[in-house]
Amino acid sequence: MHIKTEAAERHTLAVIVDNEPGILARIAGLFTARGYNIESLTVSEITEDKAVSRITIVTSASPPVMEQIMAQLDRLVPVHRVTDLTVAGEHVERELALVKVAGIGDKRIEAMRLAEVYRGRVVDATTSSFVFEVTGGRDKIDKFVELMAEVGLVEVARTGIVAISRGREAA
Amino acid sequence: MTEQSGADILVEALCDLGVEVVFGYPGGAVLPIYDALFRSGRIKHILVRHEQAATHAAEGYARSTGKPGVVLVTSGPGATNAVTGITDALMDSIPMVVITGQVPTALIGTDAFQEADTVGITRHCSKHNYLVKDPAKLGAIIHEAFHIATKGRPGPVVVDIPKDVQVATAAYTKPGAIQHKTYRPQVKADRAAIEQVVDMLAAAERPVLYTGGGIINSGPAASQMLAELARLTGAPVTSTLMGLGCFPASSPQFLGMLGMHGTYEANMAMNQADLVVAIGARFDDRVTGRLDAFSPNSRKVHIDIDRSSINKTVRIDLPIVADAGHAMEDMVRIWKSRQHPKPDTREWWSRIAEWRAVACLSFPEVGNDIMPQRAIRALWEATHARQPIITTEVGQHQMWAAQHFGFELPNKWLTSGGLGTMGYGLPAAIGAQLGNPNALVIDIAGEASIQMNIQELATATQYRLPVKIFILNNQYMGMVRQWQELTYSSRYAESYSESLPDFVKLGEAYGWKGIRIETRDQLDAGIADMLAYDGPVIVDCMVSQLTNCFPMIPSGAAHTDMILQANEVSGTMDDEAKALV
Repeated sequence: MHIKTEAAERHTLAVIVDNEPGILARIAGLFTARGYNIESLTVSEITEDKAVSRITIVTSASPPVMEQIMAQLDRLVPVHRVTDLTVAGEHVERELALVKVAGIGDKRIEAMRLAEVYRGRVVDATTSSFVFEVTGGRDKIDKFVELMAEVGLVEVARTGIVAISRGREAA
Repeated sequence: MTEQSGADILVEALCDLGVEVVFGYPGGAVLPIYDALFRSGRIKHILVRHEQAATHAAEGYARSTGKPGVVLVTSGPGATNAVTGITDALMDSIPMVVITGQVPTALIGTDAFQEADTVGITRHCSKHNYLVKDPAKLGAIIHEAFHIATKGRPGPVVVDIPKDVQVATAAYTKPGAIQHKTYRPQVKADRAAIEQVVDMLAAAERPVLYTGGGIINSGPAASQMLAELARLTGAPVTSTLMGLGCFPASSPQFLGMLGMHGTYEANMAMNQADLVVAIGARFDDRVTGRLDAFSPNSRKVHIDIDRSSINKTVRIDLPIVADAGHAMEDMVRIWKSRQHPKPDTREWWSRIAEWRAVACLSFPEVGNDIMPQRAIRALWEATHARQPIITTEVGQHQMWAAQHFGFELPNKWLTSGGLGTMGYGLPAAIGAQLGNPNALVIDIAGEASIQMNIQELATATQYRLPVKIFILNNQYMGMVRQWQELTYSSRYAESYSESLPDFVKLGEAYGWKGIRIETRDQLDAGIADMLAYDGPVIVDCMVSQLTNCFPMIPSGAAHTDMILQANEVSGTMDDEAKALV
């Protein structure tokens, strides 16, 4: 016998929660306990009184499992609302990466030129290294990191996806 | 405003919430609370002999009374011992509030003596949990905990209170009605959906009402609504293990339990139905059998208070998020206002009559051996007029009790359904007896399960609780052995109950009356002796050793593939079937 796996689709969820201790563990634990997948998870306070946080989760699941993920998140006591941005309509996704590159000579110049193409900003520099800040969709950052690998990539820090719906209404 | 200690705030809040009984066990991190309970004298504390039993006793109390059960245990091992019962209450949707002591705030995270990460450990086995760091918030949190435990789909809520928070002082005022900022379960159904299900029921030729524990959780009025709905529609009714008692077993419209050890007629009716209306039931794997063969030609309506139960495993045509009782009340009202005639289901009932004629619960009897089914029926004969509360452990005896003991009323059948916790029955019986002092409470047990919380014999003795334990002793972990016969060519790996105690002497050692029944001609007299004794009794009923529980749908099989009798059993299974629970 072999274990079977199901075809999955990628979804981006916005989860508005009470900013109480353990909320992140509660959400992340729900995903592990029920065998759901997390590709990326970001969290930050979004109100002045720091009482409410917005968690952006990128997950992949088959449509019935996706429906379960929404329902399971929604029944957690501290959850205000859950929105599947992928289903709700058009939305914008962004990720920020800090990319450290070391090198001298041609490689250093090439790294600088590529960063310009990708609208990367230099946020730290020494005579033999740069730290670039790049923002964009996941694919753009993946591609930039891939290119940097050829010109002296040292390490990468990425924020994970944040997302918001297009238009004037809250999702 | 005068300030009082966190421990006193807790006790006062519990009193304000109407708590009469707390099941618990003291320890270092809850000493201030125990002292506050002692000084207050307003709440009865039941001292169990193991914290797991406190949780099951609270469950038994809750299931039999409809009120939330309350547990008080210390930090570390007190809390971890309670985890099984907390998980059990989560799986079976039982309202329960568990108060755990914790090491002082400053010591949290230092691996202090009897420290455990209680909120971390219970996060995914509770409906919600709290770590209280400020005594000023304690009162409100206790009220909120009861609100969450009892509203919507009920469940266990854990409140972890560090020792310094129990000692520090703050003001407490009884809060008003709770309007929770995020937790607002939907109780009333969407009217259009109710109209639709009424239309579907009126038009159905082969309807089945598939009823579950949600009806019992909704309260006795929901059972009355179900009776009315069944009367109006003429539809057959089947119940899950958790739903037994929500519809009278003596009704000609009752098909018995469905699922793995359900009746032939219930499972065949589910398979052949053109409309299944699930009410407060959750399409558990023990109910559905093989999913792609489950009720293949029916439209399915699912009424459940928990949206996440809908479409979890079975695709639903009409989902209705609502309390079962409210939804049925609306259905009955709309049915009547439209003056629907009772549908003509004669052809459907004639097919059901053919399935019933199979007599799937019949069993052979030879010699003077006691068949376990006979023991359950004899117990029912002798007690049903007194409307007893029956608890069980987990295994063959549990399924025989579900099959052969007919329940007429809700809140009389207390069993660990979702988690399947051996050791549930005795403490649950203790809790039920406390909540129903005049009721006859019987734990139908197996000789293996009963040993998992056998220490609770002392609790019943201490509080003069006249609970009865009726052990079906076949000297095997019978359900394990049954599966080994079905799946592993009868290789009985560790399923023989070796070195059993003498249960009669054991009971006597704890101050109980002990009775042994060894042959069929002793059965009725033994049960009569048990009932005649005004105090706790343990009955060791020696039953036929190798009898198995049928009918049965083997794991991974369809409802139509029931094994009706032992001679249909094969000796092994393929890996796909072996991998299923």
